[in-house]
Amino acid sequence: MTGELAISVQELTKRFGDFTAVDAVTFSVSRGEIFGFLGANGAGKTTAMRMLCGLSFPTSGQAQVAGFDLFTESEKIKKNIGYMSQKFSLYEDLTIVENIRFYGGIYGLTDEEIRSKTEFMLHHLHLEDQAKTLTRSLPLGWKQKISFSVAMLHRPQIVFLDEPTGGVDPVTRREFWTMIYQAAHEGTTVFVTTHYMDEAEYCDRLSIMVDGRIEALDSPQELKKQFGVANMEEVFVKLARKAKRTEA
Amino acid sequence: MKQFLFFVQKEFFHLWRDKRTVWILFGMPVTQILIFGFALTNEVKNARIVVLDNAQDGASRAIIHELSASRYFDILRNLRSPDELERTFQEGKIKMAVVLPAGLENTMLHERTATIQLIADATDPNVAQTLANYATAIIMDYQQRQLGEQTVPYTINTEMRMLYNPQLKESYNFVPGVMAMVLMLVCAMMTSISIVREKEMGTMEVILVSPIVPIRVVIAKMVPYFLLSALNIASILLLSVFVLDVPIRGTLLLLVAECLLFTITALALGLLISSVAESQQVAMLISLMGLFLPTIMLSGFMFPVENMPVPLQIISNLVPAKWFYYIVKNVMIKGLTLEYVWKETLVLVGMTTFFMTVSILKFKTRLE
Repeated sequence: MTGELAISVQELTKRFGDFTAVDAVTFSVSRGEIFGFLGANGAGKTTAMRMLCGLSFPTSGQAQVAGFDLFTESEKIKKNIGYMSQKFSLYEDLTIVENIRFYGGIYGLTDEEIRSKTEFMLHHLHLEDQAKTLTRSLPLGWKQKISFSVAMLHRPQIVFLDEPTGGVDPVTRREFWTMIYQAAHEGTTVFVTTHYMDEAEYCDRLSIMVDGRIEALDSPQELKKQFGVANMEEVFVKLARKAKRTEA
Repeated sequence: MKQFLFFVQKEFFHLWRDKRTVWILFGMPVTQILIFGFALTNEVKNARIVVLDNAQDGASRAIIHELSASRYFDILRNLRSPDELERTFQEGKIKMAVVLPAGLENTMLHERTATIQLIADATDPNVAQTLANYATAIIMDYQQRQLGEQTVPYTINTEMRMLYNPQLKESYNFVPGVMAMVLMLVCAMMTSISIVREKEMGTMEVILVSPIVPIRVVIAKMVPYFLLSALNIASILLLSVFVLDVPIRGTLLLLVAECLLFTITALALGLLISSVAESQQVAMLISLMGLFLPTIMLSGFMFPVENMPVPLQIISNLVPAKWFYYIVKNVMIKGLTLEYVWKETLVLVGMTTFFMTVSILKFKTRLE
């Protein structure tokens, strides 16, 4: 990877027929940064993220992810990113160990690597006793933590998290963010969408999308200063009120 | 390649965790073969009948004797008057009544023609028809012998030979049919459901973000069901040969090859369905309505295609099971070689290639 930018996006647009879901957004994310991607429902943040992951094909614009071109080098991008979707992305009828083995396997990890990662993960998450438990029977918070660890299995340069803490209790959310900090500390760029404003405060920089466009982009401190309010919640509400689109 | 093996292993885990489904998939063909083989038969034995003998002469007694001697009929009792007839039928104890006219022997001798009435309970038309046929045959037989004693200028006899299936066993007909049904169900329905499940659960997204090549995902999904089908084919053939005495007259190799070809056709169809369906229920409905029903109705296995209205006959050509059914029947029962079924085989190969190509193309575009 060349340069200091993990993600660099220019005028990226996605149209579905007449509807412009993402309208010429331009931004960049530095390496090792925790980049928060905020927006009301239907503002276009999930679509933007899906484009960067290669799940959705952009209508126009330019983008480099992990130093590779989104249009021509998507295979190389796939090897260098991790993804945790909004929906729970582990197999419920597989055990934790089997899930790790499967995801490690499709990312091309060797048996030896898979074994040591599994051990490390179980130890780290204090799940040694649950190794043979079907994922189905674990509490949601645990599942999300395992999901995140699985997305990090192949040590991706960038990890995309789509509302990773939806429906999770505050304590687990705090623990989850500790894991995110840890990942960022080790050099992984974290691209995260969220609805929780307290989580927004944890991000290095934030972008707030309204009606498919990025209306604000800065660190939480700067944004609060800029809008002259005390917390992120008010920043968000001020911006989101401008939205003309109704919820999709 | 290793990625692929990891995927196949995962698919086996899914199957293994869902043992109930595996038992159903594996037990169903066995049960079907046994049910069709022993329970579903048009043959009627020991049907209860009543006789109303208005003649009470030599001829009538002889006919009644013939009827009661046959293993098809049990004469429940002799009625005394026609009034009893309807009541006996209403009681539901009998399937047929034989009414012998007064002065039967006399009429036979002097007028050279006589009529015996067979009254059957046609609420079950097949049984009624079969019983009437049996009774007619017995009476004809009796007549034949009577004629033999007399000197008649000539008689015409028909001599029947039932080729390939002299005992007229139903099993000869349904073994190929059950095979088509089971393969459609196991391969097409289960493959489509297993792919759509990943879409529904959201795991498909994660797979598509990963570097694994989509075509490998598809093939890995098919492997377990392909193996399961191979086992099913083996169990059906073994049961047919050793339990139902259906012979395999053609070469086993050709038969198995044709079965595997049809398995791939069904897998391709399953994949095609999965690219259209967004939920497991939809996938199941499409498989049942779009594949399973036509397989039963239009393959010629339940109802002969020749008797259908022309539009249905044309549509039946689009049903892969029709071709498979034809091939298996000819190879297995008639013992024909590839020389005779290559055209039908080619149709199946063509269909399979078409479905595969379309579904793989569709699968890829979905990613963009």
